[in-house]
Amino acid sequence: MTFPRRAILPAILVAALALVPILAPFLQVVLIFALMKGIAVLGVTVLLRAGQVSFGHALFFGIAAYAGAFLAASPFDDLVLLVLAGLVASAVTGLVVGLFVARYRGIFFAMLNLAFSMIFWSILEKFYYLTGGADGLRQPRPTVLGMAFERGPFEDILYYVALGLALLLGWFVIRFLGSPIGQLFQTVKTNETRLEYLGISPRVALIKGYVLSAALCGVGGVLMATAQGIVTPSYAYWVRSGEMVFIAVLGGAGSVAGAFAGSIAYELVRTYAAAFAGDIWQLLLGAFLLVIILFAPGGLVGIYNSLFDRARRGTSGSGKRETGVPAKSAEVRS
Amino acid sequence: MNAQLFILALFDGVAYAALVFMVAVGLTLIFGVLRVLNVAHGSLYAIGAYVTVSIGSAIFAAGYSPVLAFPLMLVAAILVGVVLGGLMEKLLLSRIYDRPEVLQLLVTFAVFMMLEDVQRLVWGNQPYFQSAAVNLLGNIELFGVFYTSYQLIFLPLVALATLIGLRLFLRRTLTGKLITAVTEDREAAQFIGINAERVYLLTFIAGAALAGLGGALASPTTSVLPGIGTEMIVLSFAVVATAGLGQIEGAAVAALLIGLGRSFAVYLYPELQVLVPYLIMLLVLLVRPEGLFGSPAARKI
Repeated sequence: MTFPRRAILPAILVAALALVPILAPFLQVVLIFALMKGIAVLGVTVLLRAGQVSFGHALFFGIAAYAGAFLAASPFDDLVLLVLAGLVASAVTGLVVGLFVARYRGIFFAMLNLAFSMIFWSILEKFYYLTGGADGLRQPRPTVLGMAFERGPFEDILYYVALGLALLLGWFVIRFLGSPIGQLFQTVKTNETRLEYLGISPRVALIKGYVLSAALCGVGGVLMATAQGIVTPSYAYWVRSGEMVFIAVLGGAGSVAGAFAGSIAYELVRTYAAAFAGDIWQLLLGAFLLVIILFAPGGLVGIYNSLFDRARRGTSGSGKRETGVPAKSAEVRS
Repeated sequence: MNAQLFILALFDGVAYAALVFMVAVGLTLIFGVLRVLNVAHGSLYAIGAYVTVSIGSAIFAAGYSPVLAFPLMLVAAILVGVVLGGLMEKLLLSRIYDRPEVLQLLVTFAVFMMLEDVQRLVWGNQPYFQSAAVNLLGNIELFGVFYTSYQLIFLPLVALATLIGLRLFLRRTLTGKLITAVTEDREAAQFIGINAERVYLLTFIAGAALAGLGGALASPTTSVLPGIGTEMIVLSFAVVATAGLGQIEGAAVAALLIGLGRSFAVYLYPELQVLVPYLIMLLVLLVRPEGLFGSPAARKI
């Protein structure tokens, strides 16, 4: 098995990401948020593979962040425990919400998720004696495996934790989607009735994927809270959900690599452009989303693949086209 | 809870239900015909309110009679319907009717994101208030409780007129029958020469105008500020889902249910005020997944 040429550029990018704290520390803050958001976006991406979109996945982002913040107030304030707490909190919530929303598809699925996230958001705002209301909760810097670090080294550690988790979870999602459970899960999009004829419950298949997607959003949320040092209700607000859907579509709907490509591109543009266009940021996002949906439905990954195919066709003649096409469709999916 | 509070909560609930119904019925009408859930519907509501308040303040400051507040609401609604609704359908929705549901949702969601910022750009972050219409109609005493006539009599009457008018329009007029035909079976309707594209455009404009009218009617009773559109789209979706997507009379019943539930929560458990509509929706959907009046859709195999 040779190393696929299509993967050369992504591999270089991953290597570059690993070197950022040493070579380009000024990018570190932007990229750490991008990686954490990317993990959360991965959750939305998983659902898109089943043909479902959720306008409320910030719910899990927020729940994990708050679970982390509550744990941080106890003596068990350690990064590993925080991530585990976020993971468990979001997965359990995902199971409860999933049991309900998995009965629905399409519009109802999207909007019921939105309703759940609005409920949680209003609880966060109203029960201020528990949650600090709109001011949120402070999240002090945790220890890492029992060791306390200064700010600088801690940020480096957090960066590599985020990068490591991004790669690990990305790999896990690809394995999941390739596994029998994942294949059944994706059949919800392609042909649900056939699943039932096979004696398999599409609802159960959807719930499994839903819990995974909730847990991914949770890991992203708890990491983000640790990096920012504060949790506010905005973590669970619909704007955050919309942003996640946007990034997933930008990167390439349903593509694992696209989730991270999308969030890195998004964070870079946001950090440097939002200063000039803060007032019309949502306006630009919405317009851009329309352009992608109508003219480039494959997103960034789709654009990369078509450029790659064109370049290869140019160098090696049209004879290779036949082999190139199936490879492309396989790549778009992973 | 004494009798007076009970009556107050009842009145609040009815007034609120009337407003929510105006928005929800537009949403459900559009869905019934186009099979598209317009996520930007709440923004149309908000823009209807903003337009009414800013034009109203300008003409009243110029010395015109406050009676103009009422025709102004209609003007605002038509503006929202024709300009925003018409453009949205022509430029965007008409391109995506044959695309997957998820894509249609994303498109209206993108419009929603854009319109939220447009509101902020045009009207800023400060709240607006213009209550000429409410002041004009004065107060009324009923069962020992003073309430504004605008909210207690005018709003419910408008909502009722909308409900009956829409029913009669769909059942009795030619245009209404064409709409019903396209809803039933688009292809068959096109075969017998009905211009489905025009029906879609008209329906979307009408639905958008209803959202704008809802905003215009709400504007004298509350401060108009950023975020009201978001709250309204989620709430009116709760109403529409409780009733069953596409159910017009059902939307009226669900609006009353949710409006009353919300207003009683305000007096009994203020913390739950925001939650009650969703709790009602979730409870109904747990028992009847298609909503109170919806019927299970036949599955295509």
